[in-house]
Amino acid sequence: MQGLLRGLVYGGLIITVLMTATAWGMWLERKLAARMQSRIGPNVVGKFGLLQPVADLMKLLQKEEIYPIGADRLLFDLAPFLVTTFAIATAAVVPFSAEAVGADLDVGLLWVLALGGLMVIPVWMAGWASNNKFALIGGMRAVAQSISYGVPLVLTSLVAVVFTGTMSLSGIVKFQIEHGWLALWPPGPGVVAFVLFYMALLAESNRIPFDIPEAESELVAGITTEYTGMKFGLLYVGEYVHTMVGSAIAAVIFLGGWDGPFHIASGLHWMVIKTVALFASVYWVRWSLLRFRSDQLMRLCWLYLVPVSLGLVVFAALWRHFVLR
Amino acid sequence: MGETLATSGGSQVQTWLAAVGFVLFSMVIAATMLGAAKLFAVKSKKPGALRDRPYECGEEPVGETRIQFHPRYYVVALFFVLFDVEAAFLFPWALVLSKLGVAALVLMGIFMAVLMLGWLYALKKEALRWQ
Repeated sequence: MQGLLRGLVYGGLIITVLMTATAWGMWLERKLAARMQSRIGPNVVGKFGLLQPVADLMKLLQKEEIYPIGADRLLFDLAPFLVTTFAIATAAVVPFSAEAVGADLDVGLLWVLALGGLMVIPVWMAGWASNNKFALIGGMRAVAQSISYGVPLVLTSLVAVVFTGTMSLSGIVKFQIEHGWLALWPPGPGVVAFVLFYMALLAESNRIPFDIPEAESELVAGITTEYTGMKFGLLYVGEYVHTMVGSAIAAVIFLGGWDGPFHIASGLHWMVIKTVALFASVYWVRWSLLRFRSDQLMRLCWLYLVPVSLGLVVFAALWRHFVLR
Repeated sequence: MGETLATSGGSQVQTWLAAVGFVLFSMVIAATMLGAAKLFAVKSKKPGALRDRPYECGEEPVGETRIQFHPRYYVVALFFVLFDVEAAFLFPWALVLSKLGVAALVLMGIFMAVLMLGWLYALKKEALRWQ
């Protein structure tokens, strides 16, 4: 009972902060994108357009809810609900600092990977329920991409588990405080694992160059084509939350979490800086690169990412066995 | 070893309950947003059939939507199961690696080698090539 209460209280705090951060993350993305394209970006609502997320929320709340003819109404409603729930619930195990963690499970990494994997189901639900060909194709592509890039994602997280010998996210951070950040130490493989993890993260959150599932020029808007109002909003927010939490997890696993560089002033603020930097870099990439073709996407994953990440696991095991002991 | 497992097991029950609480809260957030939309959303006074038609770039939808798919998606799914099951074996192995001897290292090496043989076979059969 005491645990449930703690979960609700910490959940309330962390989720509120996370959602607010995500809302202004969207603002940040639009401002960055505008800068990169010599535009101004949102600047009307509030100072520097800072109230834009609030205005967007108000607008989405008022939009009419439309069910397309032949849609599966139950699944159509359930999909945005589940996308958002899964995206937020992933944050439960993320240690933002030594204390600020919703539930410090000893299999935290498994929780993250499981919920990330579950995201496939509501995405396919949305594609199937819409009774729209674009949505269906988008959903199918999203599933194929997510499960494919799920493999390097799992394997590169496994590298961290092999090095640290624990699956608790705060345990991984503590190991890094003791031995050095995994992205920097041991030199070489850690960086490669981090880069692979980052690429898989881009693919999992359907960001350019891996945004085949919602390629506007081919599929209108992919699974979100038929969604209106807040249901579209939830799918959209779910994706951003997914990216935000993913950045936080990448920061925890490979960049030392709340540990400052050279242990200087360790604390929550370092976690925030790292997460926001990774989040912004995802959008930097998004607005700089082109989109892969479907077959290139699959080839990159199965021909290069999977064997390389397996090789990294082997290397990590050897290192653990012969160097670290 | 057994002792530490038992003590950590006791506190882990509370931690799992906390995780459940966290999930409940995220469900409440999502449900609230959907519920609020139900309250505030406008409703058109004269809904027509045109409004509810699936949007396919303004064209009238032709034929069934839920069609059959190319089998290459099935191959991807098979591959995913293969590698994910492997990962499911690798995680517990990784956790206790430092306590096991060289034998664990060698055995898992053989396991991975067999898997990569299958991967090479698929590569040769061009099962991973999408065209």
